[in-house]
Amino acid sequence: MASQSEGLPRPIAFAIWTAVVVLGAGALGAIAFHRGESVNAMWFIVAAVCVYALGYRFYSAFLAAKALALDPTRATPAERFTDGRDFVPTNRWIVFGHHFAAIAGPGPLIGPTLAAQFGYLPGTLWIVFGAVLGGCVQDFVALFCSIRRDGRSLGQMARDELGALGGAVALVGVLAIMIILIAVLGLVVVNAMRHSPWATSTVAATIPIAILVGLFMRYLRPGRVLEGTAIGVALLLLAVFGGSWVDAHPAIRAWFDFDGPALALLVIFYGFAAAVLPVWLLLAPRDYLSTFMKVGTIVALAIAIVLLNPAVKMPAVTQFVDGTGPIFGGKVFPFVFITIACGAISGFHSLIASGTTPKLLANERDARFIGYGAMAVESFVAIMAMVAACVLDPGVYFAINSPPGVVGAQATDAVTTISNTYHFPVTAAQMQELAREMGETTLFGRTGGAPSLAVGMASIFSRAFGDTLLAVWYHFAIMFEALFILTTVDAGTRVARFMLQDMLGNALPAMGRTSWYPSVLICSALVVTGWGYFLYFGVIDPLGGINSLWPLFGIANQMLAAIALCVATTILVKSRKARFAWTTAGPLAWLVVVTSSAAWEKLFSADLRVGFLSHADDLATQLASGALGGAAAEQARRLIFNDRLDAALTLFFLITVWVLVFETARVSYASLAGKRCPPVTETPHVPSRLVEEWVRD
Amino acid sequence: MTELLKHAWRTLRELSGDDAYERYLAHQRAHNADGTPPLSRAAFFRVEQQRKWNGVKRCC
Repeated sequence: MASQSEGLPRPIAFAIWTAVVVLGAGALGAIAFHRGESVNAMWFIVAAVCVYALGYRFYSAFLAAKALALDPTRATPAERFTDGRDFVPTNRWIVFGHHFAAIAGPGPLIGPTLAAQFGYLPGTLWIVFGAVLGGCVQDFVALFCSIRRDGRSLGQMARDELGALGGAVALVGVLAIMIILIAVLGLVVVNAMRHSPWATSTVAATIPIAILVGLFMRYLRPGRVLEGTAIGVALLLLAVFGGSWVDAHPAIRAWFDFDGPALALLVIFYGFAAAVLPVWLLLAPRDYLSTFMKVGTIVALAIAIVLLNPAVKMPAVTQFVDGTGPIFGGKVFPFVFITIACGAISGFHSLIASGTTPKLLANERDARFIGYGAMAVESFVAIMAMVAACVLDPGVYFAINSPPGVVGAQATDAVTTISNTYHFPVTAAQMQELAREMGETTLFGRTGGAPSLAVGMASIFSRAFGDTLLAVWYHFAIMFEALFILTTVDAGTRVARFMLQDMLGNALPAMGRTSWYPSVLICSALVVTGWGYFLYFGVIDPLGGINSLWPLFGIANQMLAAIALCVATTILVKSRKARFAWTTAGPLAWLVVVTSSAAWEKLFSADLRVGFLSHADDLATQLASGALGGAAAEQARRLIFNDRLDAALTLFFLITVWVLVFETARVSYASLAGKRCPPVTETPHVPSRLVEEWVRD
Repeated sequence: MTELLKHAWRTLRELSGDDAYERYLAHQRAHNADGTPPLSRAAFFRVEQQRKWNGVKRCC
């Protein structure tokens, strides 16, 4: 869009951008000030697209020209180290595709769904403006810094620019976030499959399908990715229909009917098996399938929303901004900013932006399009998830997403609480009918966001594409979410294993050999035990594990973003661009405020559903008074331990952020005052020869 | 129209990594000075997959 407008005569470009400003402001006004029955989803799309377009055209251009001073004549790592494998100068659209496929995971779909309990407005504003001013900037700057440093990773850059302490803290932080992330994603899948033979059998079928594709691509047709993917996708669609057949047969149905704890153990076992199996057998083929499904489904959802313009029934703001919401405890500030991490600003992206992507860029100029642009698209995915959650009747949304421990385990209790106490009307008959349409026995208490997103998607798809196969669409959506959650579980376990092997290798060199099988087994088992522990206790937590695990994940992810922004701010200051340091220091300051206040509340709030410690103390008091007996006492002891463990982790994240902020301030001050500090490690300028030679663009 | 379809097909192959081996061969022809023979398609694919999954490749 920028290149087109640059080619236009100035008055016309001015007129177009003025129109975008007016349209965007109008759409934002429509969703912000609308009160009443329902608001059209089209306004969300228009508002978001206008803000992204303006952010990209003007703010990212400012960053590219002034703050970072992108230099198209400078050779990129891809050009200087070109080896045909790791470092490959690649067309910018292709890099964009790779980068987007890597950064877009289940996070932007789940976070907005959960945050919809505050109403659509807080989440939507944070997604749109958080991305344009924070998330896109972080991705862009991390990518830029890595390009200027031979494609080095975030951890290495933190060590080089901030010193050994910064590097070590970043490394341990990444490992911790990985463990929490996998646990919470596992919990989402478990909740979607609980007592649902159709969903369980379909998700289970994705494993042999991926293995089949893996064997095909290794032995029958090596490297034929498209052929393998086509076969796999066809089989996956068959598996969705096959699930309905399983569901209809009482005998076979029983094989796939599990409760939560059993499913948690299955996911844990699966995670271990997947992490020690060779990548070609399971991970690589499933990744091809999940990438294809992900991009295809997201595009289909965008088309469906534009075609259908569904009505958003959720109020702009609900009464739960006061912290009494059933889905997770906590006030709108700071918890909306923690719940929606991916989609607004996601620290994890900085690992991708300092991983594969910088090794592919043919020209430094492309960093703007890829870093800033891909994040804007991901943010748009989050907006669609928000729309899909808010097109449901609010009563239905709360019935699906509220844990039984909060609204009541029986259907009648749950609908009474939601209709009478929360004033979002819903009836047991309505929920029964919806469950029947979706091919499920019940939809009550299916926490985690995936099932309600699937219900929203199914209702949008079945109306947009002139189809009434609601149950098939529902299970298609569940399969699509589970597919790439399992990819993240597998890939994440593997990465955490490598990091653990690397750390242990410092003490025991043999453990550091990544292909030595005893080390592989031990380290994989340690990692799986780590996340499996949180997953299992999340499943049996009466308040719903999402309530404790999702905020922990959000804090961890924002902490990682803070690390990336600390590194970027230090680099800006040290490269004599301190007057532009606010571009990264601004979002950093906001994240520090948000993560610190959220961490503080999770630690010390007196609200039992927010504060880990007060919840533990409450249980301890109940135990001491003898009110709990037998199994309940045993469970209470475990919950107390878990609460304290969660509190310790939160404290660790809080300290990590402040250590890095302090280091950033120290190094920045030293640099400005001309004192001793780690030197800026930018690679010297080498003129690019690709500017003339490389004509693929 | 045919041109457009061909272009779309090439983009799809490049995006999915379907043409990775052809690109590798082209790179070998252009840059390989010492004359070591290039890997076979199967061997190349094997090495590539192992390398690809040795780091953070997927996000949340």
